[in-house]
Amino acid sequence: MSVPIHIQPDETFILNVGPQHPATHGVLRVKMEMDGEYIVKAETVLGYIHRMHEKMGENRTYPKVLPNLSRLDYLGALGYTHGHVLAVERAAGIEVPERAEYIRVITVELNRIASHLFWFGAFIMDLGGFTPLMYAIEDREYILDMLEAVTGSRLTYCYHRFGGLYNDIDDDFIAAAKAYIPRQRKSLKKYAALVTGNIILQKRLKEIGPISQEMCRKYGASGPVARGSGLNFDVRRNEPYSVYSEFDFDIPVYHECDSFARYMVRMDEMEQSLRIVEQALEKLPDGPIMPKKKPKLIKPPVGDYYQAVETARGSFGIRIVSDGTKNAYRFKLRSPTYSNMHMFDEACEGMLIMDALALMGSLDLVIPEIDR
Amino acid sequence: MSLTLFNVIAAVIIAIAFAALNAAYLVLAERRGAGRIQRRPGPNVNGPFGILQPPADGLKLMAKQLVIPGGADKALFMVAPVLAMVPAIMSFVTIPFSELIIARSMNIGVLMIFAFASLGALAILIGGWGSRNKYGVMAAVRAVSQNISYEVPMLITVITIVMISGTMDLKELVHDQAGGFWQWNIWPFHKGLYNILMPVSFLIFFICSLAETNRAPFDLGEAESELVAGFHMEYGSMGFGLFFMGEYANIVIGACLTTILFLGGWGCPFGLFPGVWWFLLKIYLLIFTFIWIRWTFPRTTIYGLLNLSWKILVPISLFNLLLTAGLLKVF
Repeated sequence: MSVPIHIQPDETFILNVGPQHPATHGVLRVKMEMDGEYIVKAETVLGYIHRMHEKMGENRTYPKVLPNLSRLDYLGALGYTHGHVLAVERAAGIEVPERAEYIRVITVELNRIASHLFWFGAFIMDLGGFTPLMYAIEDREYILDMLEAVTGSRLTYCYHRFGGLYNDIDDDFIAAAKAYIPRQRKSLKKYAALVTGNIILQKRLKEIGPISQEMCRKYGASGPVARGSGLNFDVRRNEPYSVYSEFDFDIPVYHECDSFARYMVRMDEMEQSLRIVEQALEKLPDGPIMPKKKPKLIKPPVGDYYQAVETARGSFGIRIVSDGTKNAYRFKLRSPTYSNMHMFDEACEGMLIMDALALMGSLDLVIPEIDR
Repeated sequence: MSLTLFNVIAAVIIAIAFAALNAAYLVLAERRGAGRIQRRPGPNVNGPFGILQPPADGLKLMAKQLVIPGGADKALFMVAPVLAMVPAIMSFVTIPFSELIIARSMNIGVLMIFAFASLGALAILIGGWGSRNKYGVMAAVRAVSQNISYEVPMLITVITIVMISGTMDLKELVHDQAGGFWQWNIWPFHKGLYNILMPVSFLIFFICSLAETNRAPFDLGEAESELVAGFHMEYGSMGFGLFFMGEYANIVIGACLTTILFLGGWGCPFGLFPGVWWFLLKIYLLIFTFIWIRWTFPRTTIYGLLNLSWKILVPISLFNLLLTAGLLKVF
């Protein structure tokens, strides 16, 4: 009462969503200009947990940067370290044994499923349903236990090494993974029946949160967000790396451009990842996991190297400019969520705040990966 | 019943005790139920089955400081939680739990309960407005538009029942349905009217009582993923506690009303041993359904909610009112 209330002439008000807000899943801040429940204009503000990973990549030697990469996206960390080791191997010309590549693919795909499962739970929680999160976390727990046994950590893995792996997988892991696949298929069916078919969920997602193909191209969106808008692009198939070209899997693409399409892409991707893991376990060759000859000190020849990989959130690019020393001259990360997130400003204009936050959930944002 | 001072005090104390006890233990029931649904134990450490959890929670809330945010309207801020709890307690006064267990029998019991139930929306409005928080104001506006739009079909449904029974006395309403489960208002056979819309009307009433109590999937006033905690965002300590208890007391009232209006009150489904136990069994089954729904469904949108009320529930309940009036005239 003592503080005068200023009514703005255009009768809109500014709502600060974040940096601490349950819907942003981290420290993203969205400055929303609101007209009642409608968003007139939104502006995402970044930088709350910027840690200068790119600069660190230039100050440290290549192996020392490796742990940094798993701190970008803590939900799908293996995909990011995979990108880094592939880039450095390409730069330094290190041969990788086939078994190591297969195991990399298995772990990355398991990590992708874990990431999508967590997204699934958190997204439904954004929509107000709390229960699916618990079921998704229970399923994810199996993957984390498996990965913990071979990698030694549960979240920020540093498992891939230049030339191979830190640790070979054992029979226990293979048995656990083989038991896990049918189990997960069963629970995916359960999710489809209990959650995807729910009428409230469909009403809240279908034809809401449109992101057109043009917008995806303009902002450089990738991953499930772009595939939900009908862009048939997946680095694993379009620019095959590692041993992905040896597996038979589909790229789920939906053309509806709404939140539900993005939801369905991720749900289908889990099944495709299971197929890849299944085939990789079947074809898993014997042999060493580290090459016999590997340089002690990694000094890539002078040059400009780029490697893109498909992580759980989209295509992650890593560019290394080497000047021949043990540190990179330039270390640039192209993180998928950074591009995906910036579409939010444009996409949410004129939407209700509820639908806008559902749209934000469907973009699958992980803030440490945006801020790096 | 002679209205002595002792009777009044006893009735008030029992009503408060019943409301508070129910509110406290329904929180535990809700958390245990949620645990069951989500395959986790829920609170089970304090006492057997966690039965000491509510007193522990209550003590914790009471021990906390009640912070009034700067710029808040102090008077409104303090009044709102009380206003959330008191009408809920008042409503218990007229609810007949059995032939004998009733604090004050009134011939306008239905009217009084709805008069008090409407005050709940006011508590949310002034709580959200008084805390001078943008999220709070948005939530308050939502909750009020929700409450207003759901009171309309709810009251139309109640008018239908009142027309059939010809009374507004809650006790008489139960007497009217005595005899067995086929005599209940939920079935079309009641009084030989054969109004086939009665089960639908029960469903409308049930949905409306879900919305009236601001429960998921209609918890738009709280909407923790968008409006953080909505109207009680700035409340800590017992301010929050009273809002919380008010919500659960309202759930009990909603279940009691549904039981009395549609499920034959304390009457037995088979005409045996009518008594308070049947009443309690029915209300707790309904409350369990409330909890079950909350932990199963995602939240609706505000426009979806209002559309449901004005485009579906209001026309159907109006049609039912008309049909019932016609049938009453014919038979």
